[in-house]
Amino acid sequence: MAVEKAEALTGKDVVGIDRLSAGEIQLILETADELLEVARRPIKKVPTLRGYTVVNLFMEPSTRTRFSFEVAEKRLSADTLNFSSSSSSVTKGETLFDTARNLMAMAPDFIVIRHANSGAPHRLAEVIPASIINAGDGINEHPTQALLDAFTMRQRFDSLEGLKVVIAGDIRHSRVARSNAFLLDKMGAEVRFVAPASLLPREAEDLGVSTFVRLEPALEGADVVMMLRIQLERQSKMNFPSMREYFDFFALTPERLALAAEHAVVMHPGPMNRGVEIDSVVADGAQSVILEQVTNGVAIRMAILYLLAGGRSESPSDS
Amino acid sequence: MTADSSSQTRLLQVLDEAGMDRTIARMVAEIVERDGGDVMLVGIHTRGVPLAARLARAIEGTAGRKVALGRLDIALYRDDVGPWRPAHQQPVLKETVLPGPIDDRIVYLVDDVLFTGRTIRAALDSLVDYGRPRAVRLAVLVDRGHRELPIAADVVGRVLDTTATEDVQVRFAEVDGEDGVWIGREAGDGG
Amino acid sequence: MNRLLIRNGRVVDPSQGLDQGMDVLLEDGCVAAVGERLETPAETSVLDAVGLVVAPGFIDLHTHLREPGFEYKETIFTGCRAAVAGGFTAICCMPDTEPVNDDPAVTGFIRERAEQADLARVYPVGAISEGLEGAELAEIGEMAAAGAVAISDNHRPVSNALLMRRALEYARSFDLPVAVHEEDLDLSDGGSMHEGGVSTRIGLRGIPSSAEDVMVARDLLLAEFTGGRLHLCHLSTSTALDLVRVARRRGLAVSCEVAAHQFVLTDEDVAGANYDPNWKTNPPLRDAAEVESILQAIYDGTVDAIVSDHEPHHADDKELDFSDAPAGIVGLETAVPLALDRLVHGRVIGLMQLVRLMSTRPAEVFGLPGGSLREGAPADLTLLDLRVLRTVDPESFESSARNTPFAGMRLKGWPAATIVGGKIVWQGGRVGPR
Repeated sequence: MAVEKAEALTGKDVVGIDRLSAGEIQLILETADELLEVARRPIKKVPTLRGYTVVNLFMEPSTRTRFSFEVAEKRLSADTLNFSSSSSSVTKGETLFDTARNLMAMAPDFIVIRHANSGAPHRLAEVIPASIINAGDGINEHPTQALLDAFTMRQRFDSLEGLKVVIAGDIRHSRVARSNAFLLDKMGAEVRFVAPASLLPREAEDLGVSTFVRLEPALEGADVVMMLRIQLERQSKMNFPSMREYFDFFALTPERLALAAEHAVVMHPGPMNRGVEIDSVVADGAQSVILEQVTNGVAIRMAILYLLAGGRSESPSDS
Repeated sequence: MTADSSSQTRLLQVLDEAGMDRTIARMVAEIVERDGGDVMLVGIHTRGVPLAARLARAIEGTAGRKVALGRLDIALYRDDVGPWRPAHQQPVLKETVLPGPIDDRIVYLVDDVLFTGRTIRAALDSLVDYGRPRAVRLAVLVDRGHRELPIAADVVGRVLDTTATEDVQVRFAEVDGEDGVWIGREAGDGG
Repeated sequence: MNRLLIRNGRVVDPSQGLDQGMDVLLEDGCVAAVGERLETPAETSVLDAVGLVVAPGFIDLHTHLREPGFEYKETIFTGCRAAVAGGFTAICCMPDTEPVNDDPAVTGFIRERAEQADLARVYPVGAISEGLEGAELAEIGEMAAAGAVAISDNHRPVSNALLMRRALEYARSFDLPVAVHEEDLDLSDGGSMHEGGVSTRIGLRGIPSSAEDVMVARDLLLAEFTGGRLHLCHLSTSTALDLVRVARRRGLAVSCEVAAHQFVLTDEDVAGANYDPNWKTNPPLRDAAEVESILQAIYDGTVDAIVSDHEPHHADDKELDFSDAPAGIVGLETAVPLALDRLVHGRVIGLMQLVRLMSTRPAEVFGLPGGSLREGAPADLTLLDLRVLRTVDPESFESSARNTPFAGMRLKGWPAATIVGGKIVWQGGRVGPR
């Protein structure tokens, strides 16, 4: 079952993998293939989105994702405006919708939004005419991350179908895990969630995954091992007792990695907690593709901007 | 350009397979005469690519040396990305592969049909981002007139006198299964 | 003499086991006679109720009026308009106002405003704890004297078990029911919808059914232990309803209620709403299996009352993300048509049982006048038109608030007229007699 790519994206936004078809996902991946090449040129810029305005609305702290989006936007020659929560008026009590409406007065074509609440991009997409790209909403989705993860897997394995992917960490609060699960399931891969039950979502099987409460049994035959950051900021001691205990039983060490398939690759969305969820030896080892993920992130984000660009039936200045 | 056989379009063949072979041979001779065999040929997707490949093979036969061959996708440089384009109907990206640095080389852009000139303008913009060639020349199989930009070809296979609404179709066996050039006229189109 | 004769209606009165075409004569604020083809006395207004159901006035045990303090959401006046437009002749309002109704002055104020509105009867529910803070008992006796008919810390639970015990014990001196919102806040853990396959799928933190169940278990045991009168608000889980059955088998007199939206919507409806907080309620909309068990409990008599749980919010309040927005939807003007459409037309229960659930039993549970059309009963009546099919239109609500998930829903069976104290307070889509 090779997935046939769609001709175009159907919606005006990318708010989640949940709303993308397998064909649209394939289109994004193949478009990113071509855009990777822009990074290898002497002039790493194409004029495609010249005159387009992109607002990066990051209501949650993020360095790497925002940086990656900015590079992608600039390589396509778009103009970027950055709003972050510390500088925005949201701290003065303005709702997200009012912030977005004020931004719309500048007629941006795209709003890239990261927000602490699930569903914020989905609701914005309903009321704002700009194209909304979700850079992470609460514990819900992080679609561009899942796409770059899939792209990276495809580089190593050619096809996602039948791939055995282990995702380990604080799954319950991880939008990276969820978006990856949605995407890999649509593309025919087999996903295994690994976490103590206190970090697994209820009825996770509804997402098309199998669940394990220890890492070792899940690693058998795994082609990809994706470690998630154990989120200190979202963690309370009621979910697991200590970093030491987590490392002792759930971290990816060289011994545990050896249980996976010989050709297995190691992934991590970053930033890594070395010595907590992943051993430095593994993070820097031959099987790690963590740095490739970063490069691929720019190409994927360029692909999404490219595919969403174009006219709309009303120009953005109409309200 | 695609044929719409369901409408009342008459197709008139203006060049057959043998004719194409002769035309391409003549183009090869012009290129070699002008610049020798030391040129880089860059085919513009889609049908510039098989044309460039044929030219390259023929030049290699004549000049006895390998000719650098590349292909270019101009989608990222089009001037019609924007409010003029229907929403989210971006052209599918194809690959751009250059066989080596283009600095100080003679680069021939190769395309099947020269019409408004906008494709070539985009191709020039793209090339310039890769380096600074000594010269850029243009070789096309068919020049059908109706330029919208001041662009001219250096090597032309055939000049065709067309109206703006007529459709010119070039087919290559590698892509379409047969060789030839057709003009498509709507039934009721004058002359 | 102030007389109103309601003629040709189908009288449904569970207190007398009556379901029959009859006339009802109201005089000086009381039911004077119920019989077939009554003679019209002198100076009597006549209301022709042909094709309509004539029932004792519906009583809503659970409403939130936002006055004092949150008048921008709803006032006592607009709330009473909404009540009578929704077919209710009496409403019990929760104490989560500003200031909290933990003081006889506030209790008295609410009653006064309601009297000025002169529409529905308003029975205040006083706070269990001062300021709803869950630490110290409020002046329950004083509030009772000022007119409170029950006590509750709604919309908050009583987290401290000792306080709950003391409230159940203390309220016995005043024979007041203790009504409780059952939620273990620690187990809720910041959730905003039902925890299950749907919350996992759409990435919202969930509130597990156990958050309600553990508190229901606790309070049933405390009620047994103390002999207090426990009333469980807006139950939403099959386990909670089972625990009520078990407690009753053990001999406990406990009452419970269910809000109309709880047997109509499920967590799948939340998923279909694109994170719109008009689908955010507390308790959250549960899954289809739980909703099915609620319908079963309504059918088998486990549930005593159907309420509105009317929680008006201003549009600005709901224009927040799902996790941040306040929970709650308006209910006074949709509870009756939802019940008629889904329960009666939906063949879950008959009309007699419905009137019992919305009039007779609520009156009994809180010890209120009404719920009956016996001679001498208050002249509070709800007239229903079971045939009419209408679309829910929030713009036409009498309530100031519009936060409902039911906009555009077509429902069959609507209130036709509402009579309080022998006076027609709402009829034909308008406040006041036609």
